Amino acid sequence: MDDLYRDYILEHYRRPHNFGVLDNATATQEGANPLCGDRITLQVRVVGDQIAAVGFTGRGCAISQASASLLTDEVKGKEVDAAAAMKASDVLDLLGIEISPARMKCALLSLETLQGALGPAETNS
Amino acid sequence: MTVTEAPAIELSAGATDFGGRIRDGRLVPEVIRRDFPIFGTQVHGQPLVFLDSASTSQKPEAVIDALDAYYREYTANVHRGIYEIGERSTASYEAARASVARFINAPDSHEVIFTRNATEAINLVAYAWGRKNIVPGDAIVLTEMEHHANLVPWQLLAQEKDGDLEFIPITDDGILRQDVYEVLLRLKPKLVAFTHVSNTLGTINPVREMIEAAHAAGALVLIDGAQAVPHVPVDVQAIGADFYAFSGHKMLGPTGSGVLWARRELLEAMPPFMAGGDMIREVHLRRSEWNDIPWKFEAGTPDIAAGIGLGAAAEYLGQLGMDRVREHERELLIYAFAALEREHPDVVLYGPMDPDIRCGVIPFNVPGVHPHDVAQVLDRSGVAVRAGHHCTMPLHERLDLPATARASFNVYTTQGDVDTLIEGLREVKRIFGAA
Repeated sequence: MDDLYRDYILEHYRRPHNFGVLDNATATQEGANPLCGDRITLQVRVVGDQIAAVGFTGRGCAISQASASLLTDEVKGKEVDAAAAMKASDVLDLLGIEISPARMKCALLSLETLQGALGPAETNS
Repeated sequence: MTVTEAPAIELSAGATDFGGRIRDGRLVPEVIRRDFPIFGTQVHGQPLVFLDSASTSQKPEAVIDALDAYYREYTANVHRGIYEIGERSTASYEAARASVARFINAPDSHEVIFTRNATEAINLVAYAWGRKNIVPGDAIVLTEMEHHANLVPWQLLAQEKDGDLEFIPITDDGILRQDVYEVLLRLKPKLVAFTHVSNTLGTINPVREMIEAAHAAGALVLIDGAQAVPHVPVDVQAIGADFYAFSGHKMLGPTGSGVLWARRELLEAMPPFMAGGDMIREVHLRRSEWNDIPWKFEAGTPDIAAGIGLGAAAEYLGQLGMDRVREHERELLIYAFAALEREHPDVVLYGPMDPDIRCGVIPFNVPGVHPHDVAQVLDRSGVAVRAGHHCTMPLHERLDLPATARASFNVYTTQGDVDTLIEGLREVKRIFGAA
């Protein structure tokens, strides 16, 4: 089995979960990895102190798309504070594969963008 | 100050064999690669197949030895020492300058300024020439295919001086629209700045004709030659350039070496770029007098070893012969196009498909697979390609591409390297289940 491009990673890449535009988002954030041209637009709908819905659009490599797919699954229903406090290692655990330094930005783009959407200073950019 | 001439190298076309590196007038890359110690390296247990020479090139023994000798045998500053190794370092550094001047057929080695890279060479012109000569409303004509190094310095200059940037568009095949260029020249631009060879598409631009047109319109011309000097014969006098910038590290030389060539009268009229030691003739507490060119533009202790190494690279390439280098890469391009068309007809190629107007640079995409993933899988076959926007974001925007993978050649690239790339692409498709 491939150590990086495992079946579930490729599955998330081909058919990402939560891919699409939310029509009732409370915050929208754009993220980009200028080095490789990856772009992501991530939206959340916060109800009370919880994430009721989350969606993303954009294009990127298998690692960045799978990471966005897995991360959006993970934070759905989570408290905003808990999602905002997630760390890089949490995303790497979700991915479950060895990420080389050159691909770290790909793996963490969705988390940075999510935290931008949840952060008070950068909401509704 | 005297400039020591390096010993001339006997070069008559076709006559020399250069130790088997040339056979029947053609390069033999399988022999040439023995000059490059890096090809003894393995990556992921595979021999290295280096297809990212457009980014930086590998270094031959001759260059590495030149660096090594400077550091082991005669490390001393240049233009100072009244002692033997100081004289040797100065002589070697200036001989390297003369080698580089001969390599691009500069009329005078004093017109060759050593910089860190092509980027610094272009910035030097933008600061020293641009800030003196560009006034509000002046137009500078660039193109849509420029590397960021030949775009951003002009953006800064235009913002500061309230100048106007105009861009020659490209066709979908990556060829400059000469009809639009003619129209833009009616704006009477002060400067036209464009790349000799596109680092992303490989397009060889018709520099001589475009420079002639610019001069007829009263503009000066800066050519970004970073991708040209390592791959095609460059004669700065024949093409008629005013400024010609290039990097040493892409032409088998060390990192930290680059060149600005410009016509003497332009350089003499320009104020210094950076100030400090070596660039002055006389310093008083409140004023100074500048040194002659090129030293006026080389403030502080330069990268002496890199300059000497660059001279060795120019001599090495000169012995291979740039006509032969060009022909080698043109043939390799034809071979790669045919192999890709035959084995991977679904892989999308960009840039002009006419090998006569293209260098050995192949940007491509595998449908359904991001270039990053293509590069990652290829790496495991030992194949190094670039993935991303190759410092040409506006060009990728123009072609509506977030990114591309890019394979690029040099003198040591073999047909076997292309075959390994073809095999590696099969593995990419296997993993991603592409057609």
